[in-house]
Amino acid sequence: MHIDWLTFTPIPSLLGGVILGVAAVLYVLLHGRILGISGIVSGLMHPIQGDRAWRIVLVLGLLTAPLLAALFFEIRPIVQIDADWFAVILAGLLVGFGSQYGSGCTSGHGICGLSRLSPRSLVATLSFMVAGFLTVFVLRYVIGL
Amino acid sequence: MKKHFGLFSQYLIGVLFGLGLIISGMSNPQKILGFLDLAGLWDPSLIFVMLGAVLVGLGGFYVVRKRTEAFFGGAMHLPKRRDITKPLIIGSLIFGAGWGIAGFCPGPAIVALGAGHLKAFVFLVAMLAGMEICERFFSAHKKPI
Repeated sequence: MHIDWLTFTPIPSLLGGVILGVAAVLYVLLHGRILGISGIVSGLMHPIQGDRAWRIVLVLGLLTAPLLAALFFEIRPIVQIDADWFAVILAGLLVGFGSQYGSGCTSGHGICGLSRLSPRSLVATLSFMVAGFLTVFVLRYVIGL
Repeated sequence: MKKHFGLFSQYLIGVLFGLGLIISGMSNPQKILGFLDLAGLWDPSLIFVMLGAVLVGLGGFYVVRKRTEAFFGGAMHLPKRRDITKPLIIGSLIFGAGWGIAGFCPGPAIVALGAGHLKAFVFLVAMLAGMEICERFFSAHKKPI
């Protein structure tokens, strides 16, 4: 195993992680819910009366974060998407289906679930990590994309 | 009035979570793929993100665990299930495969859309379609959480 020291960012990543943890804890304390982005988004598709506004507002927060980061902190997010259009669509379908079928994603299972010591979330997190490692290995070294 | 503060708080938490993703580098799919590529030049940053988030989360969720009501009112909506099911594992494996293809999961994709990336938009449309396919054809697994 070779560590890529040029791209490795331990300090900003730890700091960003702490911010994610603070957001998740504030969310459960103030709103009594798990900050799981896939669940919050999927609830928008078959909205129940009175259950929509908060979901839209939270998504708006995520959407405007890059603008606010640029305005107030002069941070511009680096977003490099190497996947082609076909891969982006396939990935979206799998991520959407999988998060719905598996009841969560990297935020709900990964951050909140592990913090709650949930056995379900531990199994889910290990499952998507292993699948992610295998997928990148197959794509890059077996198929050679 | 409290309702409006509640919505504003939802927005701010969305922004905070988005900032966490930006600062940690997790809004960049290339960085996610750098972590998932164990065989290549490996970027361990994601471990530091999880470390920061879960350390804060462990403390926070421990303090919150006995609360019965959220600050902005309403009952706590915390998952109570502890059963490890096939949909949990299969869904998470499928999620992980999609995650490994493009390096996107739901939260970072929304942030990347906010930063103006068209591919993030296409990913999110496909993700919603994937969620809908699951709802329509595979929702028999659904149990109350």
